[in-house]
Amino acid sequence: MLRIVVGMGSCGVAAGAGRVKEALERAGTKPGITGCVGACYLEPIVDLYEGAELKRRLVKVAPEDAPAIAAAAESGDLAGVERLAISAEDEEFLSRQTRIALRHCGVIDPESLDAYRAADGYKALEKVLGMTPEAVIEEIKVSGLAGRGGAGFPTWFKWNAARNAKGDEKYLICNADEGDPGAFMDRAVIESDPHSLIEGMLIAAYAIGAKEAFVYVRAEYPLAIVRLEKALGDARAAGILGKNVLGSGFSCDIRIKAGAGAFVCGEETALIESLEGSRGMPRLKPPFPAEKGYLNKPSNINNVETFANVAWIILNGGAKFAAMGTENSKGTKVFALTGKIRRGGLVEIPMGLTLREVIFGIGGGIRDGKRFKAVQMGGPSGGCIPESLLDTRIDYRELGATGAIMGSGGMVVMDETTCMVNMAKFFLDFTARESCGKCVHCRIGTRRLHEILTRITEGKGREGDVELLEELCRGIKDGALCGLGQTAPNPVLTTIRYFRDEYDAHIRERRCPAGECAALRKFKIDPAKCKGCGACARKCPVKAIAGESKKPYAIDPAKCIGCGSCEAACRFGAVAKA
Amino acid sequence: MNENESIVSLLQEVQAKNGYIPKDEIYRIAAEKGVSPAKVTGVATFYSQFRLSKPGKNLILLCKGTACHVNSADGIAAALKEELGIGGGETSADGLFTLEFVACLGCCSLSPVMMINGVAYGSLTPEKAKRIVREIRDSNDGKGA
Repeated sequence: MLRIVVGMGSCGVAAGAGRVKEALERAGTKPGITGCVGACYLEPIVDLYEGAELKRRLVKVAPEDAPAIAAAAESGDLAGVERLAISAEDEEFLSRQTRIALRHCGVIDPESLDAYRAADGYKALEKVLGMTPEAVIEEIKVSGLAGRGGAGFPTWFKWNAARNAKGDEKYLICNADEGDPGAFMDRAVIESDPHSLIEGMLIAAYAIGAKEAFVYVRAEYPLAIVRLEKALGDARAAGILGKNVLGSGFSCDIRIKAGAGAFVCGEETALIESLEGSRGMPRLKPPFPAEKGYLNKPSNINNVETFANVAWIILNGGAKFAAMGTENSKGTKVFALTGKIRRGGLVEIPMGLTLREVIFGIGGGIRDGKRFKAVQMGGPSGGCIPESLLDTRIDYRELGATGAIMGSGGMVVMDETTCMVNMAKFFLDFTARESCGKCVHCRIGTRRLHEILTRITEGKGREGDVELLEELCRGIKDGALCGLGQTAPNPVLTTIRYFRDEYDAHIRERRCPAGECAALRKFKIDPAKCKGCGACARKCPVKAIAGESKKPYAIDPAKCIGCGSCEAACRFGAVAKA
Repeated sequence: MNENESIVSLLQEVQAKNGYIPKDEIYRIAAEKGVSPAKVTGVATFYSQFRLSKPGKNLILLCKGTACHVNSADGIAAALKEELGIGGGETSADGLFTLEFVACLGCCSLSPVMMINGVAYGSLTPEKAKRIVREIRDSNDGKGA
């Protein structure tokens, strides 16, 4: 009799894990659940366990497979489900990783406190309660753990500053406002292993002397909020959270605050403003939150992934964590590998691996036989790294030298069909909308950048536009108060630095080399492939296509607006970019 | 009302109850917090989650994150426009659908993604997106909200 476990993270559910679980229940089984193992491209995933041992991982499971899985679990004979078993190649996606922050994700039941405790859960907290706060901070210092939310500031330093700040009332805040489009590790940790966040936060609260803590979660993560609420309730009932934690005399409670949707609230002082109920606009630093944070009391803010490492460090020792990585960057980092990648999902690796090893080794390279063009790291604050720099190591300084940043770990891979000018425009559209409006350079500068990029992608670029972009970028970098404003020009600057030829092609030749910009492309019909069905002509919004039934159709280039409706409508692959 | 609750939390309560923030509620919160209605309006319009008008019966959140952008989220937006006749921030004439563009739903590996009434639909194609909203419309029997 094998135990059936269904992966029920948001990604799994979106891929149909809920329907698979229902089908398994109809087939007479009682499947357990787990969170996200990170191999999103293989969802829905069903694991078969014998005791604690994983006997088989089944991937891309459909509801129709339920009877076969139920029979295999009942008899222990896996022959009927081998066709669903994960391939050796896909197994490598997981086996080449080193999992610390994600150690329980996709392994334990996120809704069970017992499951977390059986996996050494809350043992680090017990250990810490017998240590002095100073010793805890020292252990974190030895580990070299740095903020995983983007800035990479040493965690021990922040804890120490909050510990040493004057005042009895101190606050601990978890930044779970994961706003970088393309990053979702924090969601995965909360959905898949909420107790590890709670344990990390309690250890930090003990170290700095905070009795109250908040988790500021994005409203777009409903499942994460539900799972965290349950975990907090279970921990409270078990005497782990609240008054007199584990009978130690130390008290701390954690509350959830749902964010209301503003990218800038990822900046810590803006997050504090938002927690207090105001518009999330950054404050001037100093004073730093460690001195005057929430309600002007000393506060410490770390992000989810940072906290998820803490219990492991306490149990295994800071030195073991520091043994991984490079001189400047210790431990592991989680990346969300997405875009035009063959094997996408969450990847946790030791610092120091090269981008090539992550994208091609673990991610399997580009899908559909296309060619790699760039990888975008760090979201709207980051930049695009070209093929020539793929041997750059995952290291705060080395990535920073490319003009991109480590960031929170979004890694969006692009192929030859992605236009880099359009990519820069995409990010500036984002930052222009998300600018809080406090600083003129950011509020208006990002808008002007977006306008210039728009005219370039529409084929109306002017000679000198690139220089104008660069000048504006410098102004925004100098003139913005917060880190988000200062880094907003990075997507523009890195694409100019590495893909200047694409800008020039748009401006001088009115040509989009990637064929993405609609205003700069035309389509044509291959008469040899066209069957004369007329599907494209019916879809064309400007009536640029004409022809006789059962004879090849043709597109009038003078009328074509390059929308691509015809290409999407053609069932014979006869329409292509001219 | 708990007077210690922040303006953001109070607005969230109102929206959870009504689906949007009616104007009267802005005045009520301002009076109870002892601040100007302009301050409450400022907060309500700052955050993308708050809506000041009544949404349709079904709320579609179309992800415009980086991974979705790279995998042609614009094509999905065009397909929804074709099927429902609405763009971002608009509600269909029959009151059945409101379409909102969001920064990132965090399901990047399944991009392009949309979420309808809290359920995520991934690996969309223009045709698939149209089929999903058509099915929802049919299950609503064409009746408006």
